[in-house]
Amino acid sequence: MFFAILQRLGQMLFVMFGISALVFLIFFATPGSDPAARLAGRNASQETVEAIRKEFGFDRPLPVQYVVMMKRLFVTQDLTSFVNRGYRIVPAVVAAAPVTISLVAGAAILWIVGGIFVGVIAALTRDTLIDRGLMALALIGVSMPVYWLGEVMNLISQSRFHDTWMFSWVPALGYKPLMEDPVGWFKTLVIPWFTLAALYIGIYGRVLRANLVEAYQEDFIRTARAKGLSPARVMVRHALRTSLIPFVTMFGLDFGVLVGGAALLTEVVFGLNGVGRLTYQALLNLDLPMILGTVMYASFFVVVANALVDVVYVLIDPRVRGN
Amino acid sequence: MVQQDKPILLDVAGLSVSFASDRGLVQAVRDVSFRVHEGEILSIVGESGSGKSVTLLSLLGLHDRKATRVEGSVSFRGKPILDLPASQMRAIRGREIGLISQDPMTALTPVYTIGWQIAEQIRAHENISARAAHRRAIELLGEVGLSNPGEAVDRYPHQLSGGMRQRAVIAMALSCNPVLLVADEPTTALDVTVQAQVIDLLLRLRKDFGSAIILITHDMGVVAEVAEQVAVMYAGRIVERGRTEEIFSAPLHPYTWGLMASIPPLTGPRLTKLRSIPGMPPTPETVPDGCGFAPRCAFARPICAERPPLQKVGGQAALCVIDDAERPALRRAALPQEELA
Ligand SMILES: Nc1ncnc2c1ncn2[C@@H]1O[C@H](COP(=O)(O)OP(=O)(O)OP(=O)(O)O)[C@@H](O)[C@H]1O
Ligand SMILES: [Mg+2]
Repeated sequence: MFFAILQRLGQMLFVMFGISALVFLIFFATPGSDPAARLAGRNASQETVEAIRKEFGFDRPLPVQYVVMMKRLFVTQDLTSFVNRGYRIVPAVVAAAPVTISLVAGAAILWIVGGIFVGVIAALTRDTLIDRGLMALALIGVSMPVYWLGEVMNLISQSRFHDTWMFSWVPALGYKPLMEDPVGWFKTLVIPWFTLAALYIGIYGRVLRANLVEAYQEDFIRTARAKGLSPARVMVRHALRTSLIPFVTMFGLDFGVLVGGAALLTEVVFGLNGVGRLTYQALLNLDLPMILGTVMYASFFVVVANALVDVVYVLIDPRVRGN
Repeated sequence: MVQQDKPILLDVAGLSVSFASDRGLVQAVRDVSFRVHEGEILSIVGESGSGKSVTLLSLLGLHDRKATRVEGSVSFRGKPILDLPASQMRAIRGREIGLISQDPMTALTPVYTIGWQIAEQIRAHENISARAAHRRAIELLGEVGLSNPGEAVDRYPHQLSGGMRQRAVIAMALSCNPVLLVADEPTTALDVTVQAQVIDLLLRLRKDFGSAIILITHDMGVVAEVAEQVAVMYAGRIVERGRTEEIFSAPLHPYTWGLMASIPPLTGPRLTKLRSIPGMPPTPETVPDGCGFAPRCAFARPICAERPPLQKVGGQAALCVIDDAERPALRRAALPQEELA
């Protein structure tokens, strides 16, 4: 156990180092972009550019720059944005992370429950109208772009029907911290949760249904039925339990990536200042310190999510346990 | 005859099973009838694909209801069970009829211990505590000859050998003391020594619990050893059935002759070459309307294109045109002498 955790930590360090080095190199290798000239802005004089180059340390060798930047990012934590001087990276990411985590975690609960519900009901009613209807709905969920769905939800809940009993509870866009205002937190996030989850409920429901239908061909399902178990028990204990591995795998990947910032569109549409948005703005400005900060944060969550997936594997499938 | 005195346990009459396929309904089992008396062992033999598994699964209601059509009637203890509501059928399955399915390697759910799976079945039918069910599972595993049941009970299927899994499957099928045990080739996945042990086990269980057994097998040696009744299936039909001694001493159907000729004799001079039946068995799509065996039969004649009559000799019956007068001569030609001695 201890060894496994150590191994994970090593893996995490390796991934974070690799990604940060890559980002760093891409930043300096981007053709035609002298970072000093870019930071100085258009029409800047040669002296200004030189001054900036000196100030930001762009005249030093790359490895030195890398080490200095990593030290300021993690050790002294006083690394600031290139673009917005005085804007410190670590506090910015720390402030944005709860927004993103709140959004993604809530949506994840919805899409796990919704995906299992859709998959199980569709598999149980295979080839009936219920099955077809659910699969059609799932396909709609998959094919609706999240920004479009988000805008439609906003249109409905913020303006068109905002004054009716249905949506009068919906607060203005933006994030309310969970600790200060739990009710507000919940209210502002309900609609974003559903919006983000719609896509994943569709995907997970369809994948799970396919896995379950396949599982029902297995001999052990026949054994379970021959034992005289109820259909619900056969489904939940035997078919679902053995079909969860792909589900969990997908979940680990999706969750890690979304917490890492891939929920950008949802964040933007609902005015949530999360990590996705932070990353996006940093990329637009080619703001290296901010990109590094958000990317490190993202890779941390991707690795953590995958480690959790491995733990869940062991819980649901004894064959993974090994010796 | 002893078994005739006992009441009929399972009565299958005119059972047909068809599958929906791209080219319409395909009949895999055609008009199959047989009876099992209490405490009796009926063996169903026949080549791969002849419909043995389909017959058993459909009479247990384990077929896919959407893609399968089942006709005919099946009575269990005098009660028709084919159209029984699902909940009542569940009370029979696992409790009164135990199934040992064909492949022990895949028959157990991989994510639970075998003890858990046995206890699950017991608790589905009896109102006992999880503890007691677990203890019963250990006892059962001991009864089926696992050497260390207390330890094996907490093993997962992938941690057991094929023979151990097969025993676990048998223990599970026996867990509620069923009056009828349906064993679909319980020994094919096992090596010869373990095969013999499993067969011994089935016999002992019949003795101890008095269960009737339907045993599907390819192994004519096993049939001769354990079965009281034999049904020979070919291309979805039972082409011959009767008591084991009768079938082995005086088989009626040319297909049965072929099966007998392919058994290595235990006594007498060694044959230079075992005979095999030429040709391949038909698939359900290509079975002719008349006698299914005619295309491979050495004694086929034009009349075989029509539905063959049911010939009876004592308790034995066969679907064949060959009548009592010409049969002995043809049989002598088809079977090596040692078999009939
Ligand atoms: N679900 C199904 N759909 C369509 N055809 C099927 C289905 N199940 C079985 N069959 C067909 O029914 C026929 C009989 O199959 P069955 O499994 O009963 O053979 P078997 O006698 O048990 O053979 P074996 O000794 O190899 O187990 C086969 O030709 C098979 O292809
Ligand atoms: Mg079979």
